[in-house]
Amino acid sequence: MPEGNGVLVVGELSEARLIATTSELLNAGGKLANSLGQPLHAVLLGTNLSNASEEAASLGAGKVFLAEHPLLDEGHVEAHVTALQQVCQQAQPSVLLIARTQLGREVGPRLAFRLGVGLAQDAVGVSVDPDTKKLLVTRPVYGGNALAVVALSCIPQIVTVRPKAFEVAAKDESLRGEVVRVPVEIPTSVVRTRVVERVSGEAAGVKLEEARVVVAGGRGLGGPEPFQELEKLAKLLGGTIGASRPACDAGWIDARSQIGLTGKTITPDLYVAVAISGACQHMAGCSGAKVIVAVNNDPKADIFKEAQYGVVGDWRKILPAFTEAVRELVR
Amino acid sequence: MKIIVCAKQVLDPETPSSIFKIDRDAKRAVPPPGADPVVNGFDEIAMEAALRIKASVGGSITVVSMGRSFVMDVIKKPLAMGADELILLQDDAFETADSFVTANVLAAAIRRIGKFDLILCGRQASDWDNAQVPLGLAELLDLPCLTFAKNVELSNGSVRVQRVTPDGHEVLEAALPALVTVSNELGEPRTPSIKGIMASTRATPTVWGLGDLGVDPSSCARVELVELFIPAREKRCEMIEGEDDTDAGRKLALKLREAKLI
Repeated sequence: MPEGNGVLVVGELSEARLIATTSELLNAGGKLANSLGQPLHAVLLGTNLSNASEEAASLGAGKVFLAEHPLLDEGHVEAHVTALQQVCQQAQPSVLLIARTQLGREVGPRLAFRLGVGLAQDAVGVSVDPDTKKLLVTRPVYGGNALAVVALSCIPQIVTVRPKAFEVAAKDESLRGEVVRVPVEIPTSVVRTRVVERVSGEAAGVKLEEARVVVAGGRGLGGPEPFQELEKLAKLLGGTIGASRPACDAGWIDARSQIGLTGKTITPDLYVAVAISGACQHMAGCSGAKVIVAVNNDPKADIFKEAQYGVVGDWRKILPAFTEAVRELVR
Repeated sequence: MKIIVCAKQVLDPETPSSIFKIDRDAKRAVPPPGADPVVNGFDEIAMEAALRIKASVGGSITVVSMGRSFVMDVIKKPLAMGADELILLQDDAFETADSFVTANVLAAAIRRIGKFDLILCGRQASDWDNAQVPLGLAELLDLPCLTFAKNVELSNGSVRVQRVTPDGHEVLEAALPALVTVSNELGEPRTPSIKGIMASTRATPTVWGLGDLGVDPSSCARVELVELFIPAREKRCEMIEGEDDTDAGRKLALKLREAKLI
């Protein structure tokens, strides 16, 4: 196995600033770098990178590699893979950490196949095997029913990391990284998919991933109308509504509200699950909630295994009484 | 129009966690006694997308599945739904295949099939949840790759999809041949008709082994499974009870207030 040096975090930007997940990766990457006795670096792709570059340095990146190219701003997977291939050639990292975002979940595997190396998807834990010095990556499998620990046989070891699985890195404004510009060549021919149209129906109100309180409904609600009841409760609590996949698939609520393995991952302070059975595919998206409250008519429902507070009974009676009492209490 | 659909036989993801078991020594999930596996749900949706395309522009659908062993009634479901051909890639070595082995084996099989216009895959498999094989296939076969489609349309040598994004969707286009992964937003897969089921029981799938494919799994493997286990759940749920449901609802609010959660 050829040697590499350094833990390289692939930064991701939103409006010229690092997304929170990049900071989480720099935190996780910093610990790995310490265990390996190797430096922590970051790479940023796009244009207009100077602010984000300073930010990455203040979060612990010793070197900040900049791959500047206008094609990288568009979020084209192929352009990012091509650029990262060239960055890896120059930086020769032993570990590459990528956020498992919409972009990263595709860039990671494609880069791995292009480089002929391995990849571990959806890491919720990373450590270094003290004997082999290889990464040990923990990831949920079987919809969250089980955890797998995997090791990778080639360098760089590429890991895509689940957002919110790690705390953000501590910021130290006095840290100044070394900026290394990587001249990347991206022929326009590598981009083989064309975006015809982008339709973003940003929901009004609090964003699901950022909400402090989420009130969610599932299959047991039986139709779209009850979500109006949930909405009332969510408003009172200053939160927003979500749903399990069956409720979205049935068309009772917009698919953007889906929480779970194939939907959004949320970490609110309070998660109120109404008529949700708590299949692990759903819990994968909400088990990071500080407190889960479950209302379900089945005392054996899996949701009660993860909830701190539970009520067994008919949500049609429980919910209005609960909402009314909340209204009085928060007034 | 020649469409290839990749489908995987998996442990039923609806298996309740109470009977979900792991063999820690063998590092694999143990199917509950008497429970049949299923075709990965997202792959059935890929099959549904293929059938809709076939209905609108004509063509044929070849389903490719890879595994150590198959339950015939299960893996023939795509045939019952309306696929024209089923090719099983079967070898003992596939028991422990990682995504890299799987993508290489599928790529070899697809090269052996020859000419095609479109490959459809489910967005991920419900057992290992890697969402990696389709992307690997696109790399190995040098194809444009469009992911998370909730709608797939073909016209004039190109494919157009509506791709699900976290806050809406985008419309993407690429030239054929291409690979598309579909998401559950595409809609429920159809239930096979009685006629389809009867025809599928009579059909004999083609079976290719490692020897037919010329792939060496050990040289393709990149991921070593070190450990597989069921995490301990430590949380204790406090059940709120009342005189009736209405009372319980009220008491829940008071309890959350007491805990300073609202």
